Amino acid sequence: MSPALRRQAPLLATAGILVILFATAAFLYEGFFSGRVVVNLFSDNAVLGIVAVGMTLVIFTGGIDLSVGAVVGFVSIFTAIMIQRGYPPALVAVAALAIGGGLGAGMGALIHAFRLPAFLITLAGMFLARGGAFWISTESVGIDHPVANALSGFELGLGPVGLPTTALTVIGVLALGYVAAHHTRFGRNLLAIGGNENSAVLMGLPVGSAKVWAYTINGALAALAGLVATIYTGSGNPSTGLGLELDAIAVVVIGGTLLAGGRGHMLGTLLGLLVFGTIQTALLFDGRLSSWWIRIVVGLLLLLFILLQRGLLRGAARGK
Amino acid sequence: MTAPSDGPLLSLRGVGKRFGPVTALSNVDLTVRAGEIHALLGENGAGKSTLIKVLTGVHERSEGEMFFAGQAIHPRSPKDAERAGISTVYQEVNLLPGLSVAENLLLGRQPGRAGFVNWGGVRRHAREALARLGLDIDVDAELGTLSVALQQMVAIARALDLKARLLILDEPTASLDEKEVAELFRIMRRLRSEGMAMIFVTHFLDQVYAVTDRITVLRNGTLVGEYLTQDLPRLALVSKMIGREVNDMAGRAADLPPPDDSAPAVVEARGLERRGAIQPIDLMLRRGEVTGLAGLLGSGRTETARLLFGIDRPDGGEIRVRGEAAKIQSARDAVRLGLAFCSEDRKGEGILPNLSIRENLILALQAKQGVWKTVQRSEQEALCRHYIEALRIKTPDAETPIKNLSGGNQQKVLLARWLATRPELIILDEPTRGIDIGARAEIEALIGRLRADGLAVLLISSEIEEIARNSTRVVVLRERRRTGSVEGDAITPPALMRAMAGASEGGAS
Amino acid sequence: MSKSKSLSPVWWPLIGLAVLVAVNLALNPAFLNVTVLDGRLYGLPIDILNQGARGLVLALGMTLVIATGGVDLSVGSVMAAAGALAAVLLAEGHGLAVALTAGLGVGLLAGAANGLLVARFGIQPIVATLILMVVGRGAAQLMTNGEVVVIKNDAFAFVGNGTVFGFPFAPLLAIALFVAAQLFLRRTASGLFIEAVGDNETAARFAGLGAARVKGLVYVICGLCAGLAGLMAAANIRAADSYRMGENMELDAIFAVVVGGTALTGGRFLLLGSFIGALLLQTLTTTMYNLGVPPAVAPVPKAVLILVVCLLQSEHARRWAVSLVKGGKK
Repeated sequence: MSPALRRQAPLLATAGILVILFATAAFLYEGFFSGRVVVNLFSDNAVLGIVAVGMTLVIFTGGIDLSVGAVVGFVSIFTAIMIQRGYPPALVAVAALAIGGGLGAGMGALIHAFRLPAFLITLAGMFLARGGAFWISTESVGIDHPVANALSGFELGLGPVGLPTTALTVIGVLALGYVAAHHTRFGRNLLAIGGNENSAVLMGLPVGSAKVWAYTINGALAALAGLVATIYTGSGNPSTGLGLELDAIAVVVIGGTLLAGGRGHMLGTLLGLLVFGTIQTALLFDGRLSSWWIRIVVGLLLLLFILLQRGLLRGAARGK
Repeated sequence: MTAPSDGPLLSLRGVGKRFGPVTALSNVDLTVRAGEIHALLGENGAGKSTLIKVLTGVHERSEGEMFFAGQAIHPRSPKDAERAGISTVYQEVNLLPGLSVAENLLLGRQPGRAGFVNWGGVRRHAREALARLGLDIDVDAELGTLSVALQQMVAIARALDLKARLLILDEPTASLDEKEVAELFRIMRRLRSEGMAMIFVTHFLDQVYAVTDRITVLRNGTLVGEYLTQDLPRLALVSKMIGREVNDMAGRAADLPPPDDSAPAVVEARGLERRGAIQPIDLMLRRGEVTGLAGLLGSGRTETARLLFGIDRPDGGEIRVRGEAAKIQSARDAVRLGLAFCSEDRKGEGILPNLSIRENLILALQAKQGVWKTVQRSEQEALCRHYIEALRIKTPDAETPIKNLSGGNQQKVLLARWLATRPELIILDEPTRGIDIGARAEIEALIGRLRADGLAVLLISSEIEEIARNSTRVVVLRERRRTGSVEGDAITPPALMRAMAGASEGGAS
Repeated sequence: MSKSKSLSPVWWPLIGLAVLVAVNLALNPAFLNVTVLDGRLYGLPIDILNQGARGLVLALGMTLVIATGGVDLSVGSVMAAAGALAAVLLAEGHGLAVALTAGLGVGLLAGAANGLLVARFGIQPIVATLILMVVGRGAAQLMTNGEVVVIKNDAFAFVGNGTVFGFPFAPLLAIALFVAAQLFLRRTASGLFIEAVGDNETAARFAGLGAARVKGLVYVICGLCAGLAGLMAAANIRAADSYRMGENMELDAIFAVVVGGTALTGGRFLLLGSFIGALLLQTLTTTMYNLGVPPAVAPVPKAVLILVVCLLQSEHARRWAVSLVKGGKK
């Protein structure tokens, strides 16, 4: 393999798996190969996709954030309650984004300044956010507001299919995430930090601020995902996003990004999301296999990719 | 280059650095001129790395003055130093293996606007930077897939691109082969002709004489002196580095017996080899003998020991223990066969820092006996008492965490760890590195006692006199190959030095 | 190791526990009261022990994994899978022995898989155990088809609910396991080997230790503990709920170990500390309940507790605090 090709091997592997999965499903299930299914891949997984973009940035630095699912739940119930109480939706949305970003910033600061393990601190963040969500309300709360209704009813017509707000949002976030990760210094600094934090310091990169920003953006994106979830379901629920962090990590890793940090690609996250969505949709189309299989298949894909990365890293080391 | 050729580019006066009560560096002067390759030499613990860290702003100096290009400077971070024009290339390349060559060259200062990266510009700039050094490297290749040598070239290119006027090369040649070193020297000479100043740290004396103009020698954190390379004979340089005169270097231990070819071999290696580590090597390690393994750093000494002890797997050859073919696939196998290996990397491969002296001491014995056959508490304490006294380990008690001891005392605990297993062969890799003179003498005396007790000892050391003083036989390695052996009274530092340096020995000796 | 030395770090969680008990006593003077009814002990302390038993068992296994410098995120999911399999087997009419063996077997297999990935393939523990964290719950849901499987076997229910001389069986089992583990780890060299691997794995290997084997085995033990905890959880409520069983238990177990004074970086471990840590967490949950806080909000004080403990243990945080105090004085 040429060096440039080997560099993209995980990405190509994911793309290959996606094509095979999609082709198999299209062959097996009538009506699978349609624009509607493709659009639904985005709109049904919008919350996951948005969270996965933020998670990609955090994982680039070699970190992890387990709090995102809980933040989605918190924002979901927070938004619903605030709108119910009559606050303007725009203000509520801004507040939600600030809360998500603020929590992320706080966790990032603790992780960086005191060298605390990311998984533990973000676990604490998860407890805080989930506990806070249930503190606001233990019941699901419906939303009935013209703005919310307009947003959830909106569709951007694209020939035969229409893109709903949720799909538009996740596509927009993925695009912005791609630009941020691959065409800004900030994104490259994140990868540098994940590759070797000491080297990044010696190169004079702004390590601390980049790390804190990664967690901040991730928190804000989780909040955005919470807003999308609320609009998508038309209600706020404190248990929204349970286990979402694991799915998001799975999507990122299946996309070929190294969980240890330092190697990865935002396009991979898009592919990972589509793989995840395709499996889920295929299970739905099949109807015979229970939906529990999704976790098992995703777990096996995780295993496959982790072993593949291990092999590639060893291969690279031996190639010296 | 705008630097005036008359005045020095870098000048340090009376620089010192203290860490709490410990003085790592005191009153050091260093003068480096533009267009000069300046060797910074000294043994381990001489203060080279501290000095470099002060220069590059990793540490702030405690005292003294620093002038660069006529200006007083006070770098507080590597970035600070880089901005001033001082860049460093480390042995362990401090770049990012997962990113492309181009990115590594330009990380943090990519061309582009408002924080966005212009990839075309990055590639173009990277190609130009490499071309300036006459390097043909694919800028899109992932750095980690390149050889260490090429990675270092990239690091140098990065430093040059940062408009460095002083380049610090911190042991860049440690893991390079001959051809790669030649290529590095070609680049260094080219830079010198362009007026670049370079500080070159290396363990290889040949390289000092091959490429440097001046030498500054440090010892124990103080300045020994600055010399013109061509005026300093090799033996004089060595004696300045180790702080002893050539005359009193020779003294072999008085009671060293002549080599005894009839003594039974504990371990015998035949054609033992591992690609990139050591060419097929034969070794005969006999009872009651100290076999020295002499060679420069990187000659394959430690690699040979690791093969014998099962840390690395050989690609070929066999090991016989007490005359029988042995399968040694792990340190565990080796320990059970009666082998012991005191590694040179005390911190990384020796001590368990947070565990007590007692636990550190009995670990190998316990590992040898297995998890079920516990070394009884009373026995553990008896072993500790015995070795603390016999090796004069300075500690309040056996329950002190080993990290609280000095390097020399840690080393003694590690020796005790191995002696407690009653080994038949003990491999000592740099047993006196980084420890004080008193402890050194004690450890050397211990080596003599072990030999007298009938152990086979394999002694690895960078210090020629240490090998000469203690060995009954010496096997010489050069460039990962056994090149010869010296026995009995023929073992003298000059003889070893000649053998180690090889026929092509250059320099002014 | 003298007794006083090995005990000293244990004082911190003990003090925490005492403070919590004091707060509870102030709120409810009858907090520590234990009564006997029908030859069975009742009271809040008994409740705490009973509900905390599963956390104790998990903390035991987690302590050993963390001592080697690892972590096992899969224990909650493995609990669910073990409990689910046992419940399904019982529902199909299999006997107690089959159910118990199968539950422990799930734990053993899961632990072996984790151990293989970490010790043999050298994958980071967080990453390796994440896989089973995802798969385990899926497997549990698959086995129960997403439904709550009711357990009607009284002998099995004893594991989670039975009493011995009036004392609940589950905490007795947990305590017995801790005592057995403590004896095993300190009487044989196994404790030293685990600490050696956690403190400096390379050095341990160079000293002739089978470091990979030690690392693999602690995950197996941790998996077995998770399997047992799953059985206890299912037996306790006489049902297997594949969604809720073991939910967030991996976090509780990690918290218990960290609060108990074992560093996440590995090395020295404190089994007694983890024991007290697990009790402390359970008492905290009960306290919240006493205060009328809904159970779903209970994670908040846990989060605060873990943040405080982390900051207290972090050298960087301490240095920062010291510099603040010094700066303030200037």
